[in-house]
Amino acid sequence: MDQIIGNIGLLFEFPIVNLKILLDGIMIGALFALAAYGLALVWGVMNVKNLAQGDFVIAGGYIAWTLDQNGIQPLLGIPAAFLVMWVIGWITYKLVIKRVIERDLFTSLLATFGLAIMFAQIMNLMFGSDTQSIQLDMPTLYFADGFIDVPMSKLVGVVTALSLAFAVILFMKRSRMGQAIRATAQDARAARVLGIDTDKVYSFTFSLNAAICGAAGAIIVMAWVIQPFYGITYSIRAFVIVTAAGLGNLPGVIAAGLGIGALEQYGSHIFGIGYQQAIAVLLLLLVLFIRLLQQRRKRQVLQ
Amino acid sequence: MTILRPIFYLALLAFIIAAPFIAPDFRTQLATLWIFIILSMTWDMTGGQMGYNSLGNILFYGAGMYIAAVVGISIAYNVGEYTNAAGGGIYKFTDTQYFLGMALGLIAAGVLCAGIAWVLGYLLFGLRGPYFAIGTLGAAIAAGELVSNWEWVGGGQGIALPVFPGDDYENAKLFFYYLFAVTGVVLFIFLRWFYTTRFAAAINAIRDDEEKAEAMGLHTLRYKLITWSIAAFFVGIAGGISGYQLIHFEPLETAFQTINLGIFMVVCVLLGGKGTLWGPIIGAILFHVVKEVTWNYLLGWQWVALGALIVITVVYFQDGLMGWLARVKPEWFGERVTEKPALAGEPAE
Repeated sequence: MDQIIGNIGLLFEFPIVNLKILLDGIMIGALFALAAYGLALVWGVMNVKNLAQGDFVIAGGYIAWTLDQNGIQPLLGIPAAFLVMWVIGWITYKLVIKRVIERDLFTSLLATFGLAIMFAQIMNLMFGSDTQSIQLDMPTLYFADGFIDVPMSKLVGVVTALSLAFAVILFMKRSRMGQAIRATAQDARAARVLGIDTDKVYSFTFSLNAAICGAAGAIIVMAWVIQPFYGITYSIRAFVIVTAAGLGNLPGVIAAGLGIGALEQYGSHIFGIGYQQAIAVLLLLLVLFIRLLQQRRKRQVLQ
Repeated sequence: MTILRPIFYLALLAFIIAAPFIAPDFRTQLATLWIFIILSMTWDMTGGQMGYNSLGNILFYGAGMYIAAVVGISIAYNVGEYTNAAGGGIYKFTDTQYFLGMALGLIAAGVLCAGIAWVLGYLLFGLRGPYFAIGTLGAAIAAGELVSNWEWVGGGQGIALPVFPGDDYENAKLFFYYLFAVTGVVLFIFLRWFYTTRFAAAINAIRDDEEKAEAMGLHTLRYKLITWSIAAFFVGIAGGISGYQLIHFEPLETAFQTINLGIFMVVCVLLGGKGTLWGPIIGAILFHVVKEVTWNYLLGWQWVALGALIVITVVYFQDGLMGWLARVKPEWFGERVTEKPALAGEPAE
């Protein structure tokens, strides 16, 4: 308890620490937002709540890590993870997701939970249960008398994540496929009537989601660490963000992603690093509860 | 049929009592099977009968484990000091202390878990469908993470409980087997009666259409809270017993094992058939057998195989064995045939 008060005191004594925490939070939050955007896409278009989201992220990280182990420039790992995860996403769609789209939501939730367990265990067998990271030979920038340190690797990661997000948004807005995806999200039946091959749209959306997650993972492994069983917390964070922001609300997803990154950093600063996972999950309960109260005022339930 | 039924149940009871002697090498596995059966049956109370698919029932299992352990220790020693010593040999329990502590611990585990379910239910029962599943999953993960940071109950190290009195460990195995068996049989008898009551009809109405049930004048929240609390009561006791059986447990992998037992119980129910009395039991037995076989023959890949089993069950075989039987042999189920479309929540094909 004394330690907690001491940690809070530190925030007021040295206001510059707040800035450091915020910066850290926003940088990791950008990657949460990326994974959450993928989830919002799949959720909105095909009404599948993908609990394997975080495991796609971690898998992408391991692809980049494997390339790095074989002496390939780590930044090339990002497109590589994007492509490989695209294929894995497509296979997953054909084998499993395709058969749960029309079913009730609990089915897709449970099926993807099973997938999450499988992915995590396969990665555990292939890469071992140690935490892994890629060392980039990049300098660290210091501001404000060394109080704030920003590793270039994190900066590069965030910039890459933002440009990827921008590219995806542009694609959704401009391209023919993007239009088809948005049309299917609005009304799948009408889209089918108007000649859109919805099955193709679904498989494309799910593959795109897996690829986005894979790229996010490849960025995460450069600046942070990954471990086979970290996936579930990334899934939970993606759920927190989408539940807080709502579907089809892109600025909301970005804001919620950055906010959750910052809140988590504050939480682990105040309560200690051991609580980081707990904070991520408690935020989920908090967001669900707030949404619940909002709905209750309208005499509705969250469903 | 009416004469056959008591004979069938008596034979079953005799088999349950004799099982650890028929297969003396498998006593621990049989006890574990009872955990699966108890957890599946209680999960089916909310998941199958009430339509609230919880992914976080494991919370009560872990909480029961911790409550039973803490109460059992506190009868003789200061819990903080005990966990601080991490089960060092200086703490001896007499037989009376051990059994009294266990008995009080199990009662406390059941009652407090029911209380936890009541409080948690107030917060979570406004969530429907997938949100309820995610919310309960979140609650279970959060509980595990918080307990693993709580030094008073041993933190991430967990708690080491006293060993069963006596030198012959076979006695302990038998004792825990029968403890589980009694809990399971009591639960079965209770559910057999429970599912014939008006109360069960009410929770089935909630599953079929909650808005209509409420419009008919059912106080749905109260029904949901009571059902979940009863389920939590039995899960808590099962957790408490397995804490004493395991002797040592830690929070994330044993007590609040969200991605193992927490999801397995759901798969057991789906495998056997949701919303039936026997489905969860048959599913638990099937799942446990598959699990033990994969453990023996696919060493290293067993978790992958179990994940695949979950996916296959959910995607291809969601009606379960009982659902399949009801489709193939509707006459075996008598009047239940008309209930079929409502059971699955969607058309059968």
